[in-house]
Amino acid sequence: MSELPGDLVYTKEHEWLRQEEDGSVTIGVTDHAQAALGDLVYVELPEVDQDVERGGEMAVVESVKAASDVYAPIGGTVIQVNEDLADDPEKINADPYGDGWIVRLQPSGDAGDTMDPDAYQAFLDQLDE
Amino acid sequence: MGSQTPLYACHVEAGARIVDFGGWDMPLHYGSQLEEHHAVRKHAGAFDVSHMTVVDLSGAGATEFLRHLLANDVARLKEQGKALYSCMLNSAGGVIDDLITYYLAPDRYRAIVNAATREKDLAWINEQAAMYSVEVAERPELAMIAVQGPEARSLAAPLIGDQWREAALALQPFYALEAGDLFIARTGYTGEDGWEIVLPAAQAPGFWRQCLDAGIRPCGLGARDTLRLEAGMNLYGADMDETISPLEAGLGWTIAWEPKGRDFIGRGPLTEMRSNPGQRKFAGLLLEGKGVLRNHQRVVVDGNDDGEITSGGFSPTMERSIAMARIPAGDYETAQVEVRNRLLDVRVVGMPFVRNGKIRIDL
Repeated sequence: MSELPGDLVYTKEHEWLRQEEDGSVTIGVTDHAQAALGDLVYVELPEVDQDVERGGEMAVVESVKAASDVYAPIGGTVIQVNEDLADDPEKINADPYGDGWIVRLQPSGDAGDTMDPDAYQAFLDQLDE
Repeated sequence: MGSQTPLYACHVEAGARIVDFGGWDMPLHYGSQLEEHHAVRKHAGAFDVSHMTVVDLSGAGATEFLRHLLANDVARLKEQGKALYSCMLNSAGGVIDDLITYYLAPDRYRAIVNAATREKDLAWINEQAAMYSVEVAERPELAMIAVQGPEARSLAAPLIGDQWREAALALQPFYALEAGDLFIARTGYTGEDGWEIVLPAAQAPGFWRQCLDAGIRPCGLGARDTLRLEAGMNLYGADMDETISPLEAGLGWTIAWEPKGRDFIGRGPLTEMRSNPGQRKFAGLLLEGKGVLRNHQRVVVDGNDDGEITSGGFSPTMERSIAMARIPAGDYETAQVEVRNRLLDVRVVGMPFVRNGKIRIDL
């Protein structure tokens, strides 16, 4: 099991959020999520400037196995999407916390329940039981 | 916890992601399903298919029994070792299972049926066999390993005993050989060359490790599914089941209508369906744009939405999404598939999509 980056917060839907210095939030899926999905083959991204609601569908990641919705863990406006994923969706498998980021939002409210790395690790451990 | 094959410990040791498949704990992949897929298309892969059910049929009435039980005709098997793919139908013409039957010797056959259908298959076969002079013997003590890919036979050949190796390498496609403890068949479910090897459970882990040591990559059920989809090979339970006839599953070619006098189970209803011009047809679909086609998505042709994807997914070889679908009768070159409330354009194509490493569709 890989180490969880300490500068991120996590959701029960296996997404991560990074608070950027300019006030925006970068979002991706966790290593646990990419491993469960298997090799990714397609990512459907939102439009830049699109508004998303907290809990609303924000992107779709499709693996060899299944399609999985990525829900916005925080409401806001999409200011950037990771266009590299269109040609290289497997970046999410290879580097889920880095090159495999999915969107950057300018938040319009607070995130829902998020967990620090220790709490997310405890959540994962409990899933394994 | 489900049933485990004799290779279960090997899979866990190799870091496999284990999933339930028809009550069996089976490897989905050993890290990357895509890499496993490509290994089989370009080199060689090994699959644990020990969950499949081996049934030996013998006795003076074995041939007569199988000619009644199966929609294809075992009387076509003139040479020992020859294999026949067939559907086993219920009395309404629906598919109970698809299977391969090997003609081993006069009055002796081996059938290999699916894992998830084991119980109902055995019950049906035994029920039908009661009226024939045939002994039906399941062989749960046997394991099965498929080595598939352009290099599979040459890499696995050194693992075959000296006295059998030459004969094994001389097997033509769709022929099998009894080689001492081993049963070697030049068959598979990937669209590539290779062998399916049935062997005693106790020998399976050793044979598996030797395959891996020889450079054959372990492959899970995930790659097995994308390989068979590209190869245009049906999956029982997805592409056909007891409510679907072989005619609507692209398996009309497996029905032996001649001789007319052969009374196989399901023949009557099937004959009626055959003359029904409204019955749906089975076709391949190629997604023109980006996205992934999935099972059960609706297929629309000329405004008629009575079509359904039975097996859809991403083709690693073509780097496009492909599917098998049951669609309304008629000649169509294009159709649309409903994906998350949007209609995406697909091309209707013949299958297979890929065979022997080559893409057979113009992209």
